[in-house]
Amino acid sequence: MKELRLMKGNEAIAEAAIRYGVDGYFGYPITPQSEILEHLMAEEPYKKTGMVVLQAESEVASINMVYGGAACGKRVMTTSSSPGISLMQEGLSYIAGAELPCLVVNVVRGGPGLGTIQPSQADYFQTTKGGGHGDYRLITLAPASVQEMYDFVGLGFDLAFKYRNPAMILSDGVIGQVMEKVQIEDYKPRWTDEYIKKSFPWATTGKNPGKPHIIITSLELDSEKQEKVNIHLQKKYKECQEKEVRYEMIHCDDAEYIFVAYGSSARICQKAIQLGREKGIKVGLLRPITLWPFPSKILGELAGKVKGMLSVEMSAGQMVEDVLLATKHKVKVDHFGRFGGIIPTPQEVLHALETKIIGG
Amino acid sequence: MTEEIIIAGFGGQGVLSMGKILAYSGMMQNKEVSWMPSYGPEMRGGTSNVTVIISDERISSPVLSVFDTAIILNQQSLDKFEKSVKPGGMLVYDPNGISRHPERKDINIYQVAATDKAGELGIARLFNMIVLGGFLKYKPIIQEEFMKKGLEKSLPERHHKLIPDNLNAIKVGAEIIKEYHTI
Repeated sequence: MKELRLMKGNEAIAEAAIRYGVDGYFGYPITPQSEILEHLMAEEPYKKTGMVVLQAESEVASINMVYGGAACGKRVMTTSSSPGISLMQEGLSYIAGAELPCLVVNVVRGGPGLGTIQPSQADYFQTTKGGGHGDYRLITLAPASVQEMYDFVGLGFDLAFKYRNPAMILSDGVIGQVMEKVQIEDYKPRWTDEYIKKSFPWATTGKNPGKPHIIITSLELDSEKQEKVNIHLQKKYKECQEKEVRYEMIHCDDAEYIFVAYGSSARICQKAIQLGREKGIKVGLLRPITLWPFPSKILGELAGKVKGMLSVEMSAGQMVEDVLLATKHKVKVDHFGRFGGIIPTPQEVLHALETKIIGG
Repeated sequence: MTEEIIIAGFGGQGVLSMGKILAYSGMMQNKEVSWMPSYGPEMRGGTSNVTVIISDERISSPVLSVFDTAIILNQQSLDKFEKSVKPGGMLVYDPNGISRHPERKDINIYQVAATDKAGELGIARLFNMIVLGGFLKYKPIIQEEFMKKGLEKSLPERHHKLIPDNLNAIKVGAEIIKEYHTI
């Protein structure tokens, strides 16, 4: 049975993890996402489902605990905010290199450095273009509501296990802190050891007489072999790009102009669309739900139909580079953003469309 | 119907909880709702504010810069948000501690002397419910039965015995609110 609750985005992440049957959470508190660990501690899921909740001594420890849990075929996760996620990059590269599934949530705050605790989207490059070293990718989901914060926990784990790759929920301080209605699901049981053993032959599940040893590693000193590892990874990423692109289109049917925005910026753009349409400006929104794989194909198609696109981000202009790559200069593209923790107003966004794209 | 509200005052005045009760009650009345707090240094002393949106439609931005209604509980918040009320909108404020009163002529302004009344009745902690009651008199977006349900949903069970007092404070607010300037 579904139940309707009013929750903060951060609480929704925690509640979804418990109810989806996640095995372990390892994290270290940081604003603006501390409610995740607080909610987990208050709910005591170790008593309900047996889920482990552990406050690690640091973000580095958290991500390496995740690495260990993932190696055992368990559904494990960590969450943090920008500076903490920076500390995890080495671990993420290792987990991607070792082809293990896990979920990481980044509730982004303004940077660089310790920056500010206010909302930002300036970690787009870090998330979608690497962050850690080597040719790897993170499957990246960008929730724009508390309901999506809840839903993407399950989706993130499903994709992570399907592709044996880390998945990232890239959120921000607005979606983490806002309270909205959310439909929550019944408790799902955690996977049994037998199920893990049967389903994931790559997992280390203890003694397995008569079967070869399973070694989890990202190290391969033989370059010939390491190139094969990379070719295999790239093949997997290509399949992911073909099958897993997700996006939402709002008022695009008759649109002459398009906002491209994700997360809380997409919500602000929806208000800007309302204001714009009241003035007779036919504007719509393309909201990437997966930031990687990026919805390049649909943007390429829209480029042939509209007069201009404005990428709206709480950053100095990061996603706009992917919009430019996707549209191949077939249409006018520009960027509008505020940064350092300032949230743009719908009026500002509409004004930017009018001056940079329509009148520019 | 869409009502976009900012509630602002000192941290500890019950700004966030007033907004939460409004949002819960809206949800119980089957409305779309959002509650977006200011978070960070201003919570720890200084000013605190929350944006509450109650609507019949899907809510676009939970963060806004102009509002249908501003509910104001201190001077700093009045200085900051008086200009953010839409023309024709509404401003409700408690005159306690206010030295510079609102000056806008294009909005409806109401005074609810909740601090004084709460002190007089010995219910200082329900001061925010008195303010809320004043607001609801002029913007009856939530019906009383749903306010009750919202309180039941938002308050922990051990505080449910306080619900009749909360509802009574809402009634008091409706009685004492008065027009300051209307258009």
